[in-house]
Amino acid sequence: MQTDGASPVLSMAGLGKTYGQGRGAVEALGAIDLEIRRGEFVSVVGPSGCGKSTLLKLAGGLEAPSRGTIAREGRPLDGPTRQTGIIFQEHVLFPWLSILENVTMPAEVAGHPAGPARARALELLAMAGLADFAGHRPAQLSGGMKQRAAFCRALIADPGLLLMDEPFGALDALTREELSLDLSRMWQDLGRTALLITHDIEEAILLGDRVLVMSPRPGRILADIPVPLPRPRSVETAALPEFHALKQQIRSIIFSQRSI
Amino acid sequence: MTDTPARWRARLEPLAIFAALFLLWELAVRWFALPSWLLPAPSEILATARDWAPELAANALVTLRETVTGFALAVAISVPLAVLIAFTRVLRRVLYPILLGLQSVPKVALAPLVTLWLGVGEAPKVVIVVLVCFFPVLVNMIAGLEAAPRNMVDLMRSVEASRWQVFRRLRLPFALPHIFTGCKVAVTFAVIGSVIAEFVAAQSGLGYLILMSTSQSLTPLAFAAILLLTLMSVLLFYLIEWAERRAVTWHM
Repeated sequence: MQTDGASPVLSMAGLGKTYGQGRGAVEALGAIDLEIRRGEFVSVVGPSGCGKSTLLKLAGGLEAPSRGTIAREGRPLDGPTRQTGIIFQEHVLFPWLSILENVTMPAEVAGHPAGPARARALELLAMAGLADFAGHRPAQLSGGMKQRAAFCRALIADPGLLLMDEPFGALDALTREELSLDLSRMWQDLGRTALLITHDIEEAILLGDRVLVMSPRPGRILADIPVPLPRPRSVETAALPEFHALKQQIRSIIFSQRSI
Repeated sequence: MTDTPARWRARLEPLAIFAALFLLWELAVRWFALPSWLLPAPSEILATARDWAPELAANALVTLRETVTGFALAVAISVPLAVLIAFTRVLRRVLYPILLGLQSVPKVALAPLVTLWLGVGEAPKVVIVVLVCFFPVLVNMIAGLEAAPRNMVDLMRSVEASRWQVFRRLRLPFALPHIFTGCKVAVTFAVIGSVIAEFVAAQSGLGYLILMSTSQSLTPLAFAAILLLTLMSVLLFYLIEWAERRAVTWHM
């Protein structure tokens, strides 16, 4: 379902989510207005509990909004679609399947022919540096490798949009940095549109074309900050003065929201 | 295998403990000169078992057949029931209390009634075994089918998996270890179930043999039958565990 490209890949208008009813109701998300254009990598950063994950679930059609509208390629979103790949905080690989079987699973569910899906999966695994682990079970891989496999699985159905919910949150700092840069490279090679949810400001800047800063609950977008840093980005990017300035700017926005 | 000596030790240790216990038993009986109708020595049980081998084997076969048939039926009934209860809210509300009530009835108390309805053949024994077995299998299966974590379900939804695909590709494999747990619990109950049923009214089976031999003060034969029952229960348990190891090759 390729479209003209004029309509944004994802657009949200006045989007809000309230859990529960009456006195016990919790407003997780205020009114969110957001547009993601084709090929863009948008990072969303905010304090924990600001409704970031809710935003991602709404974007993926996994939950229905309480207010407002949400559209994919100009069409109202009424549920999950294979056109959107999701990467969760945990790898969510099935322990009874091999890495290759895990990666081809979405293609099998979609009823795609096994041969090409397998070939594509092996290609993606090679890109992610997992060529030698296709036949392994997830339990035999390290945390970083499992998350790489989860990336491959999200890309197998060739989605027009990639949603990521703190995909590096469960990893140690070193693996985290390496993986995020690798992802950045893969993303650039494939020309994918992506929405990244994170609580890590540096990660948000390092990966994003834009950084959206969210307020504490109920989450609203406080600022939309373009990241004009050159690509490909690397460890050196984080040493640039511009990087530092952006980081300070975002930090001050987040901390200005603290009441103390 | 590099750990062969350790594995052999792990296997031999329980055997050594059993051997020591039997030796202690033998010595105690001889030391206190206990009459064999009260407590026979292992050596005497063994000798009796040899004399009665054809009867023991024939009756063991009957009990084994009742146990395995009842167990298999219980699993066959539980699977569709568990799926229905796990996935339809109405059936869950209606069926679960009924099944729970049925489970709360002491099966021993039901045995005479079932015999009254179905006669003294093997059929009432199989029914009792089914009644005893099916609840642990069912409960574990329902728990297993509901155990798939939220994010795995979300993942399946995100690739537009149908309800059947979510069941087949996620919930069923996820439930497998739980299902085996239920089966292991149930199979030991199954042996008890058939013996209880045989106690009520039977013309064959190890339960019948125990009842018959104790009434004629053939205590060594009763002991031989009891040991055979224990052996059967243990073997069935390990058979399921073996099947589990072949089916569940992953760990979480």
